[in-house]
Order: sequence, then structure tokens, then C-alpha cells
Amino acid sequence: MRVNMTVNGRPYEADDVWEGESLLYVLRERLGLPGSKNACEQGECGSCTVRLDGVPVCACLVAAGQAEGSEVVTVEGLADHARQRSGEAAGAVCPGEPEEGHPGTPGTTRHPEPTRPGQVAPLAPVQQAFIDAGAVQCGFCTPGLLVTADELLERNPDPSDADIREALSGNLCRCTGYEKILDAVRLAAARTGEAV
Amino acid sequence: MDFLRPAGWEEALAAKAEHPTAVPIAGGTDVMVEINFDHRRPEYLLDLTRVAELAEWEATDRTVRLGAGVPYTRIIEELRTELPGLALAAHTVGSPQIRNRGTVGGNLGAASPAGDAHPALLAAGAEVEVASVRGTRRIPVEEFFTGVKRHVLEPDELIRAVHIRRADGPQQFSKVGTRNAMVIAVCAFAVALHPRTRTVRTGIGSAAPTPVRAREAEEFLGAALDEGGFWDSGAPLDPSVVRRFVELCAGACRPIDDVRGTAAYRRHAVGVMARRTLGWTWEAYREGEGRTAQCA
Ligand SMILES: Cc1cc2nc3c(=O)[nH]c(=O)nc-3n(C[C@H](O)[C@H](O)[C@H](O)COP(=O)(O)OP(=O)(O)OC[C@H]3O[C@@H](n4cnc5c(N)ncnc54)[C@H](O)[C@@H]3O)c2cc1C
Ligand code: FES
Ligand code: FES
Repeated sequence: MRVNMTVNGRPYEADDVWEGESLLYVLRERLGLPGSKNACEQGECGSCTVRLDGVPVCACLVAAGQAEGSEVVTVEGLADHARQRSGEAAGAVCPGEPEEGHPGTPGTTRHPEPTRPGQVAPLAPVQQAFIDAGAVQCGFCTPGLLVTADELLERNPDPSDADIREALSGNLCRCTGYEKILDAVRLAAARTGEAV
Repeated sequence: MDFLRPAGWEEALAAKAEHPTAVPIAGGTDVMVEINFDHRRPEYLLDLTRVAELAEWEATDRTVRLGAGVPYTRIIEELRTELPGLALAAHTVGSPQIRNRGTVGGNLGAASPAGDAHPALLAAGAEVEVASVRGTRRIPVEEFFTGVKRHVLEPDELIRAVHIRRADGPQQFSKVGTRNAMVIAVCAFAVALHPRTRTVRTGIGSAAPTPVRAREAEEFLGAALDEGGFWDSGAPLDPSVVRRFVELCAGACRPIDDVRGTAAYRRHAVGVMARRTLGWTWEAYREGEGRTAQCA
């Protein structure tokens, strides 16, 4: 069957999709978006987490046909998504506007460009925070954690430790022991708080 | 395989009548695992996520009609007051990602003895509304399950909604597992005080081939509360009454030994949960939660 959806703001069409196929498979194998990881295929690890019409879900448990006509955000689109959000929050949706407080270079102004394929996108605050806090080791869990953490901060800009733990409880990491991941989310929250 | 995508309820029923072997898929958190692991290759998948009616709930005076497709996250956020026991149980399901997709309709459809919604539904008092092109029927939730992963649905039927009694007193849910998130219950227990009818109801999960109520325990406690004038006095419960209630709850289990726990452990744990949850609900009742609700 054919499946149409919008991924990271762009329309996509996948042909010859098998009816039992997961959204994760379509993203990775048919649309060339391998950022969402496939580890368990049973909803246990969260490494395939994407936003489906805004809601964080395990892409491995969504049937491709269920995503027909929906809006998907994957880790590949996270920076754009975060930038659009902060643009909206500032009351200016214009993508060319300068933006305050790029996390990596405090105090300087950044001129974000809409990303094109092949171009290295500037990072979302939560991505930069993961790097700065040392929350990435092998990196396999990272895309899912980033999507989950970004959604938490969108909903709750000033989360308690309990909020963070609960929000991330569906994302497994076998490397970091989670402490640095918690640090990263706290850091992203603190920086976002300053920037607003 | 064919993917059926009805846009409305009537269309869904027609599709199920035409293809009785079609496997309904709501949140997919059970179905997709089976497909990903090749445990299931249905001829037809019947996607219910486009049927808007299923994702709605409505409250009347005495009940909430919960659409089969309302995800757990919304139950937790929107129905904590009307359905506190179910909201607590929903909060223990899987992880946020699973709760964003998983539904009570899917929990009933899977009919696992470990389904977390079931004890809460049993304790609150609920009827499952199922329908086909032939018509609609309502099944008390205690009669819905017929065995491990088996239920009373006919091949052409779908679950439309669950009618759950609105809480008129404190409710609790408790679950034993190896950690807090992402855990199938070793066993689970739910209790609901119903001051309006002066009754107590329970639900036990993962300790018998189907979810069950501890009816003897309910009757015993109901009589003890009535005879002792406890509903009016709100006095602390006699330890002997609590002890007997706990014994009867543990006695209602028909557990098995499996990888998650032994039968003896489950029976013991159900007793512990029965004591704790009764303690919490009775405290809440004494502090006025239940008694205010009764007057309202
Ligand atoms: C990682 C993970 C953790 C989990 N943790 C828990 C947990 O802690 N507690 C728990 O109880 N469960 C848990 N589950 C199981 C699952 O999430 C629940 O059973 C959930 O309620 C299923 O809902 P769903 O909408 O996703 O069902 P689906 O997978 O869409 O369907 C489940 C079954 O119900 C049938 N069905 C669905 N809707 C209808 C309908 N309207 N009419 C008739 N039949 C229907 C389907 O055909 C299928 O047989 C977990 C699953 C995963 C993957
Ligand atoms: S791959 Fe989807 S949760 Fe693990
Ligand atoms: S960094 Fe390796 S799994 Fe998390």
C-alpha cells in the first residue's frame, strides 16, 4: 500500500509498504531517515521514539497505515522543531530572525537558517545539552531520549527530577547510568529558562 | 495482508462483519509486538484509530462511558476524579510512550490476566459495551473474561466503550513488579469503597487465569462495616476484620508458578496489597473524602 505523511515538515510518500510494517521501518528503510533507532521492536527501549501528531510514541508499535496523513517529528527534525517553537514563543515565526542565547555560545546571537538536506543543522538546546553534559556514549539511545526530553521541556519547561525520571522512564540506556542524561535535561531546562 | 481503515463506527462494524478474522488494532502496543515478532500474521488489520467516537468519553450522573480507544494518558489527565482507581492503574502501565497509545479497549481485547485496567474496572463496577452489525450488548466486566487471553467477543463484534461507575468513595490500585516503570504485574490488587451502596469491591490481577473479584472478602467486609456502624462512625477498622479480609482476598487467588513469581508469593503479595490498599482507602474515607462524596 501507499502511505503519505509529513515528516519533519516535509511531505513524504512511501510505496509498496507492507500492511504489517511499522512506522519505524518506513522511516528508516523507505524514507531514508535512520535517526530513529531499532533495538527491541517491542516498545521496551524507547530508542525509536518519535512524535506522532505531537505525541511521543514508539514508532516500532505504530502500524505504517496508522500514520497515514499524520505529522511525524524524528530526531532529524528536532532542531527545526525546537527552533520553530522558540520562534513562536517569542512571537516571531519568521525563520530568518536572529535568536538569543545559543546554548553553545552564551551571549552571542545566532542566525538560524532553515535546514536543507545535506546541510548540518544547528542543534536543538536539548541536543547541545546532551553533548555538553557528556550524556552520549555509544549514542544508540540518544535519538529516542532527545525526542522524549524535548517533548518534556515543551510541556514542562521547569521539570522536577521526578518529572524528568517519569518522562524518561520508557527510554533505556545501557551505557551512561542515566546520571549524565538527567544532568543534560536539567541543563537544557536551565538554559531554555534563561533564554526566555 | 490488508489494511482496513474505517472512518467511522458504523463502517468499522461493517468491516468486521465482512471480515470476521480481521484483527482490530487500536494503540497497537499488543498487536504490533505480535506482528513484529511474527507471532501473528492476520489476513486483515482493522485500524480503529480513525474512529473518532472511540476516542471520546462522556460522564453522566452515575457512570462514565469511556470510549474503547481513549489512551491511558488521557484517562490519567482527564478522569482522575471520576475514575481514581482506573487512573492509578493506568499510571502503572508501561511507559509514557506506551500510555500515549495503549487503550482500555485494547487491554480488554488482549484479555491478559495481567492487564492493569481489569482489577480497577472490577473494583469500580463496569460493563463492557460491545457491538456488531447485529446490535449492541453490555457485559459485566466480571463475565467478560473466559480464560487466559480469552473473552466473550463474537468474531463480528468490537468493543465500543466501557461503562464505569463513577467513584463515590476512595479507590486504590497496587501492583507488584520488579521496578516502577515498564513492568508486567507479578500480581495486582484494586479496592473501591462505595459508601452510597455501603459496599466494598475488589479486583485481583495476575493471580488466576482471569482477573477476579474477591467476592467473599467483599461480602465479609461489607457486613462487618455495616454491623459495626463503621460507615457512619468512620472509626478505625478492627485489626481482626482487616486480618480476615486479607485472608479472604489471598484465598480468592488461583495463582500459578511462572517466571515472574511463584503461586505462594502471589497469594502472599495479594494479601499484603489488600491490607495496604484497604488501609489507605479507609483512611481517606475517615478523613472525609468518601463521606463528602456521599453527600454530594
Ligand atoms: C513495553 C510495553 C509495556 C506494557 N506494559 C503494560 C502494563 O504495564 N500493563 C498492562 O496492562 N499492559 C501493558 N502492556 C500491554 C498493552 O500496552 C496493553 O494491553 C494496552 O492496553 C493495549 O492497548 P492497545 O490499544 O495498544 O491495544 P492493541 O494492541 O491495539 O490491541 C490489543 C488487543 O485488543 C484488540 N482490540 C483493540 N481494540 C479493540 C476494540 N475496540 N474491540 C475489540 N478488540 C479490540 C486487538 O485486536 C488486540 O487483540 C505493555 C505493552 C508494551 C509494549
Ligand atoms: S525499538 Fe521501539 S521501543 Fe525499542
Ligand atoms: S549511550 Fe549507549 S545506550 Fe545510551
